[in-house]
Amino acid sequence: MSEQAILPVDAAPEVEVEGAPATRVRSYWQSVLYRLRHDWITMVFGAIVLAIILIAIAAPLIAPFDPYQQSIIGRLKPFGWRGHPWGTDELGRDMMSRLIYGGRISLLMGLAPVLVATIIGGALGVIGGFAGRIVNTAIMRTMDVFYAFPSVLLAVAISGAMGGGVFTGIISLSLVFIPAMCRIAETATAQIKILDYIEAARASGAGTLTIVRHHVLGNVLGPVFIYASSLVSVSILLASGLSFLGLGVQPPEPDWGLMLSTLRQSLYVDPLGCAMPGVAIFVTSICFNLVSDGVRSAMDVRE
Amino acid sequence: MTYVDTRDRGGAAQPMLIARSLQRHFHVKDAVVRAVDGVSFTLYKGETLGVVGESGCGKSTLARLLLHLVVPDKGELIFDGDTVGEAINTADLRRQVQMVFQDSYSSLNPRMPVQDSVAFGPMVQGRKKSEARSIAQDILIKVGLRPDLFGPRYPHELSGGQKQRVNIARALAVGPRMVILDEAVSALDKSVEAQVLNLLRQLKRTLNLTYLFISHDLNVVRYISDRVLVMYLGQVVELGPAAEVFAGARHPYTQALLGSRLSMDASRRIESPPLVGDPPSPINPPSGCRFRTRCPHAEDVCAAKMPALEHWEDRASHVAACHMTTAGSGHSLAGTV
Repeated sequence: MSEQAILPVDAAPEVEVEGAPATRVRSYWQSVLYRLRHDWITMVFGAIVLAIILIAIAAPLIAPFDPYQQSIIGRLKPFGWRGHPWGTDELGRDMMSRLIYGGRISLLMGLAPVLVATIIGGALGVIGGFAGRIVNTAIMRTMDVFYAFPSVLLAVAISGAMGGGVFTGIISLSLVFIPAMCRIAETATAQIKILDYIEAARASGAGTLTIVRHHVLGNVLGPVFIYASSLVSVSILLASGLSFLGLGVQPPEPDWGLMLSTLRQSLYVDPLGCAMPGVAIFVTSICFNLVSDGVRSAMDVRE
Repeated sequence: MTYVDTRDRGGAAQPMLIARSLQRHFHVKDAVVRAVDGVSFTLYKGETLGVVGESGCGKSTLARLLLHLVVPDKGELIFDGDTVGEAINTADLRRQVQMVFQDSYSSLNPRMPVQDSVAFGPMVQGRKKSEARSIAQDILIKVGLRPDLFGPRYPHELSGGQKQRVNIARALAVGPRMVILDEAVSALDKSVEAQVLNLLRQLKRTLNLTYLFISHDLNVVRYISDRVLVMYLGQVVELGPAAEVFAGARHPYTQALLGSRLSMDASRRIESPPLVGDPPSPINPPSGCRFRTRCPHAEDVCAAKMPALEHWEDRASHVAACHMTTAGSGHSLAGTV
């Protein structure tokens, strides 16, 4: 290689021939939002999810009747009976009001366990993935023990042991989700840990905590978030299952799973009314699933 | 130039870095990988020492040993007169020695604007955020990237050459005196490689740097290095001034490496490679001279005795760890090379 003239670097900043200078620089999350906005399926189902959440929050304002108000004469009445738009249930309570109020608990049971599991499982996974060796083995083998049980069985067993109720339901579902969440975070962390920029950060004098905070968390967040969004619908279904079995929400609280359980005795008398809570569970979980799919594809970009 | 670095302790005569018998073995299941096995060399202030060798000869492990990113099993590291681990700790060492990595894809955080990547080093070393930002801006200008255009960008929005410039900027942001360049230009196109090499030479002059330049590309090493160190299976086989090593290599391995380059002159090209096969496994290296299994001049003495690299501390010397270079070693060609 022959001697070449030294480029006057200070004088002339690099001028790129290929690709004019970017006028607008989009961050990763901005580009994810951009892609989401152009995905109309996700936008439509996202709007439905948003509507369900808003309705649940504003339940006292929207519900036409008191969800606990019983009526001996008005049991299992059809749609539109005496102003009850979706009829009444087996104790004469307004169906629409109970479904609206039921969304509150069902959504809580769908979101809270996922949130708890994301925080605890994610933290354990990052610790295990970054620490490696003994710490990793200890954490991951413990998670494997939980993994050995089918999720429904585990949730039923924990709820059964701790007694019913919303709170124990949330705890048992959290415990079901923590191992999977932990594994996702652990895998992502272990993949990042070996990359050069982690070593470069260490070479510039950063401690482990600083490296995890600045360089690991942001990169683990993506896969963890994608997985968490897909867990919401699973959580709603499992919570409904627990309530159906009498281990979750206790009567007379309005909850979709519990309503399904108590209405099933009237299946032959009022099949349509019976199906209503099921439809609510189905619509909510499928909307969450489709939104989760949309978010996944918007975030899954190779750079 | 009247510039005096206040961190300079020993003066110009004190070598920047002395490595003595550095050793690092990795335990893999039952086997022991002798990645770096007794490497000694001296790096003088202001010079560029090129380190060459095949893949897997321990070049990258050596680089990491020098920064204590990998802790050596044995051996001593003396930075500007201070023994690392005694007179100077790892944190101080990393303030003065930095490293540029090869893979520009995985060496930058994809979720961080490059100006933050560059400012990260000064920040963790205690600078305020605004200070670190302005240091990053200055350094980006020095590596030839306009901070207003390139600073806010993410790594995937940069070309390979630009990413490598950012990597160099990140290493320099801490204000090091010595920079380890681990295959820093190997992944780049030839034209971009030349630009980055020129940039490195210029930065070395303006910032008063000392380079340890690791590469498998002999032409690049020849272009940038003052002295060359040749590694084979975790050991130094030849060390000398670049011009002398390239003009008259003494170790058969170096000769073979030089012979494997493609000549620009078609009539001088050779039909068969001077070196065939892969290097032996560092798990169970050959006895005696490690190169003997591929050496055309191997004799009984080569299997019996490991040739030593003597007088390595003498700067002027050009030494090779080969029995043929030592008179009276028992090799039939001793003294002829």
